[in-house]
Amino acid sequence: MKPLEGIKILDFSQFLSGPSAALRLADLGAKVIKVEKPEQGDLCRSMYISNCYIDKDSSLFQAINRNKDGISIDLKNKDSKNILFDIIKEVDVVIVNFRPGVAKKLGIDYSSIKDINPLVIYGEITGYGKTGPWKSKPGQDLLVQSLSGITYLNCNKDQPPMPLGLSVADLFSGQHLVQGILAGLIKRESFHEGSYIHVSLLESIMDIQFEVFTTYLNDGHKTPERSEINNANAYISAPYGIYKTADGYIALAMVSIPHLGELIGCNELLSYTDETKWSTNRDEIKKIIANHLVTQTTSHWLSLLEPADVWCADVLTWDKLFSTEGFKSLDMLQEVVTPYGTKFYTTRCPITIDSEHYKSSKSAPVLGQDNKTYIKER
Amino acid sequence: MKPLNGIIVLDFSQYLSGPSAALRLADLGARVIKIERPKSGDSSRRMCLHNLKNDGDSVLFQTINRNKESFCANLKSEDDLKLVKDLIKKSDVVIENFRPGVMKKMGLGYTEVSRINPRIIYGSVTGYGKTGPLNKKPGQDLLVQSMSGLAWLNGNDGQPPMPFPLSVADSYAGVHLAEGILACVFRRFRTGKGGYVEVSLLESILDLQFEVITTYLNDGRKAPKRSKINNAHAYLSAPYGIYKTKDGYIALAMGSILELADIFNSDKLKKYSNKEEWFTKRDEIKAVISDILLSNTTNHWLEMLERNNYWCADVYSWDKLMNSDAFKELKLLINVKRPNCKDLITTRCPITFDDKIEQSQKWAPRLGENTQQIIDEFKLGGRA
Repeated sequence: MKPLEGIKILDFSQFLSGPSAALRLADLGAKVIKVEKPEQGDLCRSMYISNCYIDKDSSLFQAINRNKDGISIDLKNKDSKNILFDIIKEVDVVIVNFRPGVAKKLGIDYSSIKDINPLVIYGEITGYGKTGPWKSKPGQDLLVQSLSGITYLNCNKDQPPMPLGLSVADLFSGQHLVQGILAGLIKRESFHEGSYIHVSLLESIMDIQFEVFTTYLNDGHKTPERSEINNANAYISAPYGIYKTADGYIALAMVSIPHLGELIGCNELLSYTDETKWSTNRDEIKKIIANHLVTQTTSHWLSLLEPADVWCADVLTWDKLFSTEGFKSLDMLQEVVTPYGTKFYTTRCPITIDSEHYKSSKSAPVLGQDNKTYIKER
Repeated sequence: MKPLNGIIVLDFSQYLSGPSAALRLADLGARVIKIERPKSGDSSRRMCLHNLKNDGDSVLFQTINRNKESFCANLKSEDDLKLVKDLIKKSDVVIENFRPGVMKKMGLGYTEVSRINPRIIYGSVTGYGKTGPLNKKPGQDLLVQSMSGLAWLNGNDGQPPMPFPLSVADSYAGVHLAEGILACVFRRFRTGKGGYVEVSLLESILDLQFEVITTYLNDGRKAPKRSKINNAHAYLSAPYGIYKTKDGYIALAMGSILELADIFNSDKLKKYSNKEEWFTKRDEIKAVISDILLSNTTNHWLEMLERNNYWCADVYSWDKLMNSDAFKELKLLINVKRPNCKDLITTRCPITFDDKIEQSQKWAPRLGENTQQIIDEFKLGGRA
């Protein structure tokens, strides 16, 4: 039995953060009803990513919203609100990611919904919290990254602040919301009460940085210094990073510098016996390593380092990774079929429970496809 | 009441992935007991960032392991193993992140543990899954990032593959583990049965890329192409990125190039009236925008763009962020210093319940700090 079988979720959210939370809950067994406005629907349906469409919706929308039912309702219309309230009475979880204040205007804020359904678990995502001077700012991933300091950790020292190449604030806050909602469901079982859960993109992206941000907070607020070459983590000492070889790249994680020197035959490294230097002289050491590693192939270096249990790896593209036996044995891909019969491929839920991979061929809903099922004639 | 009050978690894991999952469960109300080997304990007690230590343990360790207890046990000794098995009988959750096979060898694999306590939820983190040809490879964050394709999404075109500057594989796998455990704890109310949750760093980091991998898989497997200038997302069109201004930087998210042309009153930008070109000529358009933005200050542009509701933001360092009223309003910082030690400031749990901001001040335990108390409390080894 999937853990969330029998749980019903009403999802009013758009784009990535909220919908990715609902996707995880769907994969764990919940029934998710996505609520969209008529005609246009979730703006993500038409959101361009690399010009790739599956049926009439962006590949992005399809990836995020598979395994869900969908209804379309005009939330500003009074009659539709009555319809909605019938559904709200029967659901366990409600998800929203409007700007602060909008849910209240629409009559679907926590206190309105709690009046109809006192045991509801209500999950809300905002950009920057519900109060404070930034509450009305657009809660968009790149903008949140830019305000969070994370861009000053990424890429090399001589570069401008560089955002991370994915919507990590959206993604992490979505999963933090999942954690909160699951905890809320447990709390309801233990104490017979509902919950109101709030996460924000800004709090979530600070949480991703919690290790290095804590170091900063307790080390005199020293500005983080990205590496001059092959930056991988502003706070971790040499050799940590990805290096060019004669025919590709190699990643080196934590290893003793003189030991590395011995293994790869680089005498210049042997004198770095004082461990604190690996941090204070990080870039000088990394340059020596870079100059040395570029002289031979990746497989040559791996053949010297792997037998010695040094933490190293080849650097793969998706093409290369997907053709490895290691990847195939993960069984990570699944086929999804749209109501129009179009097949597409995506990744499955990354959590394995009782040795079972949770897959589902159910696609994202066509706008309003389940109105008949959920909206009863009145 | 916190949601997980009454739940006991035994955490055998080290470093970041498993311990960060246990930290989240602790913040949600569970009682977390770290099981550590005598003398050295969790290896991250000695793992320093910036050579930073406090009271004998790295600040890194203390960040990840606040709000927990520590129980010392040598799992290779019969006596200690018996105490741990007694403790398992009284617990709800077990977490481990050893290489595949290690827990089993000690008699603490899922099968053995669920025989001791059929209601147990058992969570494992591995690097690359339990089976398969990669299962002996070290499950370390940078290595997993490097193998996952992620590094080709970050940094500018022309740079080597650039990893994300944080341990995102560890962090995300920890998040997924907590989700699986929470889902199974919930299921137990319905079925009375335990469960076995497995996640791996590789699966989790692929999940982090699920949107763009889906695009890649269904778009003829074209390799992602990072932007030559100011890369922010290999799959999004111009203007997405961070740009230099006369006195700093500014971020522009997704938006119409034509609107931008109007706001800037730029004939050069007006030429790009075909939406397709915002992708195909991304770097060319971004170069035009770069030139425009360099000619005036961040505030000048922010004012102009915000007036037109264009998605933009200043670019902050931590220093600037910390000084903003918006950051103060979040009340994100907590002090978890050990008794009679220096302050240790870190961030709280990012999830808020019922508008109550929980600011747990419970510190990271010294090695074995709670061993005797736990033996007595749970009457382990038949001790009265």
